[in-house]
Amino acid sequence: MKQACLDNSADTTIAALRSDFPVLQQEVHGQRLVYLDSAASAQVPRQVIAAIADYQSHDHANVHRGVHTLSHRATEAYEGARDKVQAFINARSRSEIILTSGTTEGINLVAQSFCRPVLKPGDKILITHLEHHSNIVPWQIVCEQTGAELVVAPIDSSGQLDQDAFFSMLDDRVKMVAAVHVSNALGTVNPVREITARCHALDIPVLLDGAQGVPHMTVDMQNLDCDFYAFSSHKMYGPTGVGVLYGKESLLDEMPPYQGGGDMILEVTFDGTTYNDLPYKFEAGTPNISGVVGLGAAVDYLQAVGLEKVSAHEADLLSYMMQQLSAIPDIQLYGTAASKASVQSFLLTDVHAHDLGTILDHQGIAVRTGHHCAMPVMQYFGIPGTARASLGLYNNTDDIDRLVAGIEKARQVFA
Amino acid sequence: MTVATLQPNSELRDLYQELILDHSRRPRNFGKLGDATHIADGINPLCGDKLRLYLRLEDDQVVAAAFEGTGCAISVASASLLTEIVTGLDRTTALNYFEDVVAHLNGKLPAGLHTPELGRVQALEGVREFPARVKCATLAWQALESAISGQSRPATTE
Repeated sequence: MKQACLDNSADTTIAALRSDFPVLQQEVHGQRLVYLDSAASAQVPRQVIAAIADYQSHDHANVHRGVHTLSHRATEAYEGARDKVQAFINARSRSEIILTSGTTEGINLVAQSFCRPVLKPGDKILITHLEHHSNIVPWQIVCEQTGAELVVAPIDSSGQLDQDAFFSMLDDRVKMVAAVHVSNALGTVNPVREITARCHALDIPVLLDGAQGVPHMTVDMQNLDCDFYAFSSHKMYGPTGVGVLYGKESLLDEMPPYQGGGDMILEVTFDGTTYNDLPYKFEAGTPNISGVVGLGAAVDYLQAVGLEKVSAHEADLLSYMMQQLSAIPDIQLYGTAASKASVQSFLLTDVHAHDLGTILDHQGIAVRTGHHCAMPVMQYFGIPGTARASLGLYNNTDDIDRLVAGIEKARQVFA
Repeated sequence: MTVATLQPNSELRDLYQELILDHSRRPRNFGKLGDATHIADGINPLCGDKLRLYLRLEDDQVVAAAFEGTGCAISVASASLLTEIVTGLDRTTALNYFEDVVAHLNGKLPAGLHTPELGRVQALEGVREFPARVKCATLAWQALESAISGQSRPATTE
C-alpha cells in the first residue's frame, strides 16, 4: 500500500530532487551512500553551494560598513536573507529575526538576556523530558546564576509528552517554559500551539527549540504565537554555523544585549554606549555573512520545493520505514508517538548502537548512534543510546530497504 | 539481496572476531570488586558509554581487577581482556602495557614499545580500520591509567 502512496506525483517531484545534492552522488565502502542522518545535519543542495560560492566570488565585504560597492552588495545579500527568513516563518517584522550561530546560541541568548535579569530564587523554568542538551544546559546555567529551579515535565513510553502532568506543573512560580518542537532523538512532535496557549493564559513566556521543526513542516510564528523560536540553518539544507532566533519585538526591545562589540552599537564613548536598534542589538561583531547567504538560499530552495510536499513525502517514508523496521526480529523501536517527524530510533537486542552503526557504515549506510545529545531521553528508557535513522527530502524507499538489509547483516554478525 | 552479499566482509570479521564477541557476550570479572584499592571511571562522551574499573593492588602488584558498566562489544571486550591481562602485573608493567596498547591501537607501534608481546590484545587491532571505534577499544585502558596513577577525574577518550 505504501508503494501506491509513493507513486504519486508529489513523490516523483521530490525524488528527482536527489540529484540536487552532490554529496549523495558517491559510494561509501563500495556501495551507493545511503544518508539517514539528516537530523544531525542535512546535506546541502548545489543551489545553496552555488549561492555561497557566488557571494564569496563576487560580492564579499563586511556588512553595514563602508560606502564602497562590495560592502553595499554584501549588506544587501545579508539583509536580503533576513527578509527571506522573515517571510519563511511569517514573522511580523524583520526586527524579530536575530541571526545567530545556531539554535544553541539562540537559546543561550534568551536564557541570559531575557531570563537572567529577572529570575529570583524560588522561580522555576519548566522544560520537558524530551529536550536536547542545548535546551537543558543553558537553563541549568541561568538557574545556577539566579537560584531559580529547573523542573522537567515527564513523557510516556511512546516518547510523548505527558500533557496533563505538564499543564499541572504550570503555576505562578514558573517564569519560563522551554520545549522542543520536534524531538531529535524520538521524532515526537510536541503540541506546541496548545503549550503556548496554556502558558500565555498564565502570562508565562514560551521558547520553542525548532531545530527539528523547520526542516519538516511549515512553521508560522504568528500562528504558533510562541515568544521565542530558535533554529539552525544546517538542519534545513543550509550551511553550519548559522541559525535564527525569532523573538517577539516587544520582548526583544526590553532585553539587554547578549554580547557587546561592533555592529550592535549606535554610539560608543568611554562614558557609555548607545545600543543599536533591533535586530542589530543582538548581532555583535562581523557575522557569518556567507553562511547567512547560504541560509537564504536554503529558504529559497525549501520554498520552491514546498514544505507541504516535503512533509507528505517524509510522512509516507516514515510510515514505510516503521513498518519495515517493525518486521525485523529482535528490534526495539524507541519513539512511537502518534504525531512524529521522520526520525526513528531503534536497537537490536544485545547489540550496542555503536556496533550496529559500524556495521551499517560498512555497507554505505550513515545513521547516528549514541545518545543524540539527549542523555535524559536515553536515561528514561534505561539505555545508553540508540541507532537513529532520520530522513530528509532526498531519501526514498530504496534507502530504507538498504537499511533493513544492513540491520539483517548486523543480526548475522552478532547471531 | 543474496546470501553471499550478506556475509560480513573481512574488515568486519577482523573487528568482530570470535574472541571479541565471546568477551562481549560473557565479560570476565564483570561486577564490583568489594575490596578494591584503586577505582577509576572511564567515559566516552561521544557515545555516553561509561565503565568503572576496580583494581586491588598489594605491594605494588595488581592482584585483582574487575569492571562494571555499559558499552559496545568492542569496549566491553577490551575491558574484559584488560582485567585478565593486568592481574598479576606490577604497577610499572601495567602502566607500560597501557601505553603500548593505546599506541598499538592508534597504529603507532613499534615506537615506544615496552612489552614485547601484546598477546590477546591484538584481537582488538581490527579497530585500526575503523577510526571512529579506536576510542571504544582504549576506554578501559585509559581508566587503568587513571586508577593506577590515582586521578580523581574520570578518564575520558577525548
